[in-house]
Amino acid sequence: MKLMTKHIPQHILYLNGVSKTFDGFKAINDLSFTVKPGELRAIIGPNGAGKTTMMDIITGKLKPDVGDVFFRDMVDLTKHDEADIANMGIGRKFQKPTVIESLTVFENLELALTGNRGVFKALFHKLDAEQYRRIDEVIKRVGLAEKRDWLGGNLSHGQKQWLEIGMLLNQEPDLLLVDEPAAGMTDHETELTAKLLKEIAGERSVVVVEHDMEFIKALACPVTVLHEGHVLAEGTLEQVQANEQVIEVYLGR
Amino acid sequence: MTSQSRLAWLMNDVAGRRLMALILAVIIILPVLNLWVPKDSFFHVSSYTIGLLGKYLCYALLALAVDLIWGYCGILSLGHGAFFALGGYAMGMYMMRQIGDRGVYGNPLLPDFMVFLNWQELPWYWYGFDNFFFAMVMVALAPGILAFVFGWLAFRSRVTGVYLSIITQAMTYALMLAFFRNDMGFGGNNGLTDFKDLLGFSLQKDTTKVALFVCSGVALILGYLLCRYVVSSKLGRVLVSIRDAESRTRFIGYRVEHYKLFVFVLSAMLAGVAGALYVPQVGIINPGEFSPINSIEIIIWVAVGGRGFLYGAIIGAVLVNYGKTFFTGAFPEIWLFMLGGLFVVSTLFLPQGVVGIVQQWKDKRAEKKALQAGASGEVAS
Repeated sequence: MKLMTKHIPQHILYLNGVSKTFDGFKAINDLSFTVKPGELRAIIGPNGAGKTTMMDIITGKLKPDVGDVFFRDMVDLTKHDEADIANMGIGRKFQKPTVIESLTVFENLELALTGNRGVFKALFHKLDAEQYRRIDEVIKRVGLAEKRDWLGGNLSHGQKQWLEIGMLLNQEPDLLLVDEPAAGMTDHETELTAKLLKEIAGERSVVVVEHDMEFIKALACPVTVLHEGHVLAEGTLEQVQANEQVIEVYLGR
Repeated sequence: MTSQSRLAWLMNDVAGRRLMALILAVIIILPVLNLWVPKDSFFHVSSYTIGLLGKYLCYALLALAVDLIWGYCGILSLGHGAFFALGGYAMGMYMMRQIGDRGVYGNPLLPDFMVFLNWQELPWYWYGFDNFFFAMVMVALAPGILAFVFGWLAFRSRVTGVYLSIITQAMTYALMLAFFRNDMGFGGNNGLTDFKDLLGFSLQKDTTKVALFVCSGVALILGYLLCRYVVSSKLGRVLVSIRDAESRTRFIGYRVEHYKLFVFVLSAMLAGVAGALYVPQVGIINPGEFSPINSIEIIIWVAVGGRGFLYGAIIGAVLVNYGKTFFTGAFPEIWLFMLGGLFVVSTLFLPQGVVGIVQQWKDKRAEKKALQAGASGEVAS
């Protein structure tokens, strides 16, 4: 019998007053924003707005100079490294799709599958029937059923993006950070990706960084606009598109 | 396709099994031809050949150890000769203790070089080396501990790529300088030599030489099976993942430094075993074994054979060393140029080594066959 119920946090992600400076350049400047459980959120912003730096801070690759970064209300992410944070339940998809090129689609997903990450566990690891089922389910979900035994390196750009999203799903994270998932995709693929991300949101929180406005429109979710490492505006896509400051930054008036 | 079978790691490795069968045949047949076929017979194999092939087998085990980390985890160690030499020194120390009072000075307590240096007692770190089992443990443990400490510091600080290669090179160079010093207590410049016997068997006897040759072959086969098991496990796939996309692996939640450390220590231990088998067959171990050029040569063996196949490393080690034996005999002046040229050629034209060429040729043939089969099928329909 399960005695402890899983604590349902108020915020999955909570950033408050976060700053990060590189050689005097403020990549992130007093950044504050939050993500609720199950929320789908898009982040837009011109180049150099600090989107990637923000992702690096959340996933433990960089430490902020000042500010609070909390996961599930309780966990101070600035005190953990990448592997820790990944195992706590934050998955990250890179801007450039990175799958393991010399492993098959199936093996890529096997590696990402949640579970013990210890060296000796891996040496004697055997997949059980449930795990096989789980991997095959994810393969279908990201539309790669026919490519199951293909090498990662032989996939098309869009398929790599999907495989990477599938790997994220297999980690069973509470929060997915997805950097430009639609980059280099055909319109049809973009549409499918938006649909997939919308499906995932609800069971998990998803933060999408994107440039493509059509894609954001398809996501139909709250949008946060970053500019010079700071939140410039927040709201629906229509609201932020009507925002004076946003227009100024984007159109350079 | 991931097979369900428990022995899938071995069954899927056809080329490896063939090579192991070949090595097994060699270590069964050659001893017979050496010991029981009369010397004047055409089929007699000389003790010189046995000794030479025994050396090659040790080199092959060393190359295997390097391929495990370089081919599968992308760790280019330019200092693996150091682990080989440490294993060799551990074995050498045991054999020095076996000499007893049969040395030139007839001192029952101290090896000759210590008597020569006017030392009065045995240094503490020589204790225990009169026991064979202790010495054999040290053969793997000494390189293992060095690799652990070195790897722990390097991988934790995320030193990778060419920087790691450079510090491994510095490590073996520093050890070479240290072992050259007489006060280190390892025989300085001359190293350890004049060995008489091993476990009571005279090293001069043909039977002992054959036994060492067989042991080297067995060690190589066991080492191969161990490496094959490791790279076929999930751990092996994590290693490949680290090699191809290190930060991706980190973000999936794997502690990259732990995986690197494990495989680096395992590789160092295998290199140590290779060194321990090598020393009694050549009869000497000196600081020259630590020299950086030796470590670079190992990389050439692996590159020529083909990196990331395991059996490629074995083939490369034997081919290059056979070449070395032949050319240093026939045209000693040009061997070093050839070695350098070999490295350049294999890097530029044979990115996957000899094994890669065979693979390509096979793939092409299979493609041709499939094409022909397809064409004839069309005609038939």
